[in-house]
Amino acid sequence: MVEPAIKNNNQIDKVVDEGIDTGIARLTPEKIEQVINKVLKTETGARLKTYVGTCVHCGLCSEACHYFLSYDNDPKFSPAGKVKQTIWELLKKKGKVDPEFIRRISRIATTECNLCRRCAMYCPFGIDIAYLMTIVRRICHMLGVTPRYQQDTAHSHSATLNQMWMKDDEWVDSLFWQEEEAQDEIPYLQIPIEKEGADIFYSVIAPEPKFRAQLIYQAAVILNVAGVDFTMPATPGWDNSDLCMFTGDYEIMGRLKKAHFETAMRLKVKRIVMGECGHAFRSVYDVGNRWLAWKMPPIPVTHAVEFYYELIKEGKIKIANKYEGVVTFQDPCNISRGRGLHEMARYVVDATCEEFVEMHPNREHNYCCCAGGGVINAGPPYKMKRIKGIRIKAEQLFAAKARGAKVVIAPCHNCHGGIDDIIHHYGLDMELYFLGDIIYKAMEKPA
Amino acid sequence: MHDIYDFVSGPLVWVSFIIFFGGILYRLISMALLAKKKDIIVYEYMSLKYGLRSILHWIIPFGTVKWQKNPIFTIVTFTFHICLIFIPIFLFAHIILWKESWDISWWYLSDNTADVLTLVVIASCVFFLIRRIVLPEVKYLTSISDYVILAIVAAPFITGFWTYHQFPGFRVMGIIHILAGEIMLAAIPFTRLSHMIFFPFTRGYMGSEFGAVRHAKDW
Repeated sequence: MVEPAIKNNNQIDKVVDEGIDTGIARLTPEKIEQVINKVLKTETGARLKTYVGTCVHCGLCSEACHYFLSYDNDPKFSPAGKVKQTIWELLKKKGKVDPEFIRRISRIATTECNLCRRCAMYCPFGIDIAYLMTIVRRICHMLGVTPRYQQDTAHSHSATLNQMWMKDDEWVDSLFWQEEEAQDEIPYLQIPIEKEGADIFYSVIAPEPKFRAQLIYQAAVILNVAGVDFTMPATPGWDNSDLCMFTGDYEIMGRLKKAHFETAMRLKVKRIVMGECGHAFRSVYDVGNRWLAWKMPPIPVTHAVEFYYELIKEGKIKIANKYEGVVTFQDPCNISRGRGLHEMARYVVDATCEEFVEMHPNREHNYCCCAGGGVINAGPPYKMKRIKGIRIKAEQLFAAKARGAKVVIAPCHNCHGGIDDIIHHYGLDMELYFLGDIIYKAMEKPA
Repeated sequence: MHDIYDFVSGPLVWVSFIIFFGGILYRLISMALLAKKKDIIVYEYMSLKYGLRSILHWIIPFGTVKWQKNPIFTIVTFTFHICLIFIPIFLFAHIILWKESWDISWWYLSDNTADVLTLVVIASCVFFLIRRIVLPEVKYLTSISDYVILAIVAAPFITGFWTYHQFPGFRVMGIIHILAGEIMLAAIPFTRLSHMIFFPFTRGYMGSEFGAVRHAKDW
């Protein structure tokens, strides 16, 4: 009747991960017990107690989870199934668990859950399972058991305040470089650096200057053509991303967000506008600010999708030629369930594209790309597990393709990583764009 | 047997009601204090408007995507929960007890209606039981306590039906019926049946986060 919580029959799980393996080797039962109980005692309270005590084990959350659906309804991948294997056991055993158990729960919390919060919309009680998984991640972080690739990113955040080990001069240099490139197209174009009192601090995640520099180029074109008074800082604090939020390293998360907000304050801008990134938005708008005891961010934060909506609606950006061909749209969790921007996104898509077909389900109910929540950052050891865990998205995309869609628009860096892998693995043969790519192609530019 | 009957229908009723109401108060107050100390976030973000908006959608049958996608479960669970509360309060036999004890009475169900509704509750419990055994994702989450809780809920209705129809041994069954009702009342605050108390808070909090902060629907 009662199945064991832990079944080690998952081949995909048998991977070498130096971060986790080394962390596990350092653990003793005493240390595990002490850390678990410390986290549970000092950092959790009524929410954990109520969620665990209220869950009636009905399993209704199962169909919310893309892992569950993609792994042929395997109960181990249902949201409550993951809580059973982690939180329930931790509480039942009062922290008296062995290192192998920690290995398993680290894998579950960091590579089998994207913290996408879809299950909260399928649990009648609204139990926040993503929150429960972050408790597990926090415990693993405190025990020093984090996937190596994730931890490397966290180290980068810690050492440089950006995600990609970028040096300060490399950052400024990247901006100059993109400014120069873009001036070939629009001679008057500028990327104003350190301009105090500008209306907008345009912030990006570190992968943009590192390997998607064309996004800075395109943003500069959009901002200049729209006549927006913006600036970008020359100091650390320019990167809005935050993998520490996902590893459970909240102390560093706090430092990152503080640097980001303080940079905005120092530049005396009216608001922060961020590039097309979901997790960074979650960190700046919803999670990091709370760690710093700001109920809402201390300075208004606008995601790119909302900003594009404003620019097009107010006529600051005019569309010259709508993008030809049929497109479909991926709702990133952190700006649909996380900020309700799905209708604005559709407004922008309608304004810039000839023909649009929906994926189903969509809007708040859309499936995660399976890359978010730090999962893609757990790196190559878990890549296949992730891609197989999102078969349902491939099916969604195939259905959209059957209705003519050749292009997927995904206004989020994680969604890009995830969907790119899906397109290649499942042989979808579709093109993938940011909303900015489409606007850049479709907009009216000075001759 | 009269002594036992007097005991279960007298002092034990008081005890169970005291545990029920006292337990609810205790759970609510202690949780509120714990939240004040450790989860201040709940007070900060709880929003009456958005909390109620979410609760409203979830307590209306087919008011959410989840309910729409699982029509059979939705019909069963709503009927079950409504009957569960409705029958004990509006059962003629129960109202007679209130009348005899405290000389108060109110509207009641006809015996035939109550009989059918009782069968509906029992059938719903069977549905939940089968679901637990048959559906792998539910079975995986199930432990003995889940069956015990289901039994606690089903028992008053099965024994009540038995007693009303005067099946063999109905006098003993009547006593068991009263006892079963008392056990259920006492169990509500201290088992997962406490979702009765905490549902408005968990749902309301999620509704507040989704509505007020994230400007999104959570249904």
